Amino acid sequence: MESLDDPTQAAAGEKSRVTPAQLPSRQEVEDLFFHEAALLDQWRLEEWLEMLSEDPVYEIPPTDVPEGDSRNTLFIIADDGVRIRSRVKQLLGKSAWAESPHSRTRRIISNVRVLGAEGDEILVTANFAVHRMRYESVDSYIGRYDYKLIRRGKDLLIKQRRVILDNEALRPHGKISFIL
Amino acid sequence: MENAAKPFIIDDEQAGLFRVNRRAFIDPDCLEQERRAIFDRCWIYVGHESEVPHPGDYRSRTVAGRPLMLVRGDDGTLRVLLNTCTHRGAMVCRQRSGNAKTFQCPYHAWTYNSRGQLIGVPGEDSYSDGFKREQMGLVAPSQVDNYRGFIFACFDPATRSLYDYLAGAREYLDMVADQSEVGMRIVAGQQSYSARANWKLLVENSYDGYHGLPTHQRYFTFLSDLGIDMRASSAATPNRQKAVDLGNGHAVVEYQSAWGRPIAHWVAPFGEHRKPHFEELRRKFDARFGPERAGRICETSRNLGIFPNLVINDIMAITIRTFFPVAPDYMEVNAWALAPMEESAQDSALRLDNFLTFLGPGGFATPDDVEMLESCQRGFANREVAWSDISRGMKRAQPAITDELQMRAFWRQWNRLMTQPKLRQARKAA
Repeated sequence: MESLDDPTQAAAGEKSRVTPAQLPSRQEVEDLFFHEAALLDQWRLEEWLEMLSEDPVYEIPPTDVPEGDSRNTLFIIADDGVRIRSRVKQLLGKSAWAESPHSRTRRIISNVRVLGAEGDEILVTANFAVHRMRYESVDSYIGRYDYKLIRRGKDLLIKQRRVILDNEALRPHGKISFIL
Repeated sequence: MENAAKPFIIDDEQAGLFRVNRRAFIDPDCLEQERRAIFDRCWIYVGHESEVPHPGDYRSRTVAGRPLMLVRGDDGTLRVLLNTCTHRGAMVCRQRSGNAKTFQCPYHAWTYNSRGQLIGVPGEDSYSDGFKREQMGLVAPSQVDNYRGFIFACFDPATRSLYDYLAGAREYLDMVADQSEVGMRIVAGQQSYSARANWKLLVENSYDGYHGLPTHQRYFTFLSDLGIDMRASSAATPNRQKAVDLGNGHAVVEYQSAWGRPIAHWVAPFGEHRKPHFEELRRKFDARFGPERAGRICETSRNLGIFPNLVINDIMAITIRTFFPVAPDYMEVNAWALAPMEESAQDSALRLDNFLTFLGPGGFATPDDVEMLESCQRGFANREVAWSDISRGMKRAQPAITDELQMRAFWRQWNRLMTQPKLRQARKAA
């Protein structure tokens, strides 16, 4: 399930509507991750919303159950589309105090892989190191992005955005107040 | 250091003024004194019985600075054990949670059973007759007790019983525990976070009704954007809110809230299809407790502070929150969700969804609370401003949730405990 060249892809993808040949290249997925990182680091959150599908999910599992299910596990974030859009509106307003004034963030994204497809959903993953700078402290969020993408014409849209932290606790970070 | 000689609190009933010396938030000596006078003497929350349901189940966690184990023995008894080998000190439990018949110290392979008894010592024949294996089991805190599923430990054998200690807080723990007919459970997933602030700032914040509107404006805007009727909140119904001093430093605020509650207050964003189910749930509570108590359990929200560091907020969901100072300006916070065991998967999912709107390090409110506490802590660097004011509502006959009676209840108990050893010393000297 590693790359386009993997012959086992054909068998695994039999039920998929996205065939192995239709999977995006790693470069296309890297472009998506890098573009998203730039938008988020620049707080261009309304443009970032346009990268999401109509029914997006944004999840951060708790640090002790990183592979959990938000329906039966207490997550840190489990946003549907309404919640994500509200989050963005709040963050761009003045009374989201934890981000008013905004933090500086810098995202380093690497180890991008195209894992395959389930139905029309393309599974991709990447490693991240996100640094948040505020009040002269630097907090590092380390982990993995698991995304489900869908193809809409030329564009790839983010349908599910799961942020899996390797940090064992949000210490000393205290919070995830920006879009991680 | 002129301020060091001044009292921790000024409690002037006649003038209606209450002040807290900010030294209490920044002074390392004060924290050392708190460790001895408060955390070593009070009943401290360890966990919930549902976290170790089966024989052999265990959880390891740090409580009051100590690595502890919460273990259900093979005899079915729940124990709290200090996670340190009685031989030379290594931690015998190295996992966060699991199920085990034995705990073997990795250093020299001493082995303990799930009751904490020492059952294996390699080369035991090298010890003298004076070495008694049965005296070398894992050590328990001086006292451990369970109130309706909530497990507490106390490191002082002289502290009165948990039942007496909880005092008026029992009524409010009951209103949480009574939400299930079979028992409450901790939902999987622990929110482990922190704040660069003194731990007592989180005590104050957790039942502070005054900060709600200014600090959490964005949350209330979110609710009204969802179509929730904000007139249902306490502001519109002042007769349905109160702040109560529960004794021994515990306090609560109880109020009518705009948000929906999984038990059992339906609001439009839950979906019209769920309304009959909520009505049915409410009827069950009416039948069990009568309409008045059922109304209180289901419709009011309650932020409960149990001295010194346990918060149980039964609001848009139930959160258990406990926190410990690491330094005067840094605390570690652990939070969980509590739910009735018999709750359906669907209802539980709704509960967790409702939880996350407000609560936790990624919610629409908790991050702003953390921000405010950290902001206070930074502000305290201005030592010229030596006192914080906690006088609000002091002369009011019926304190409102936006008053500061809750915090005064905490601070008075805190001050009693912090100044007691000095009294004892003074008596001794005399």
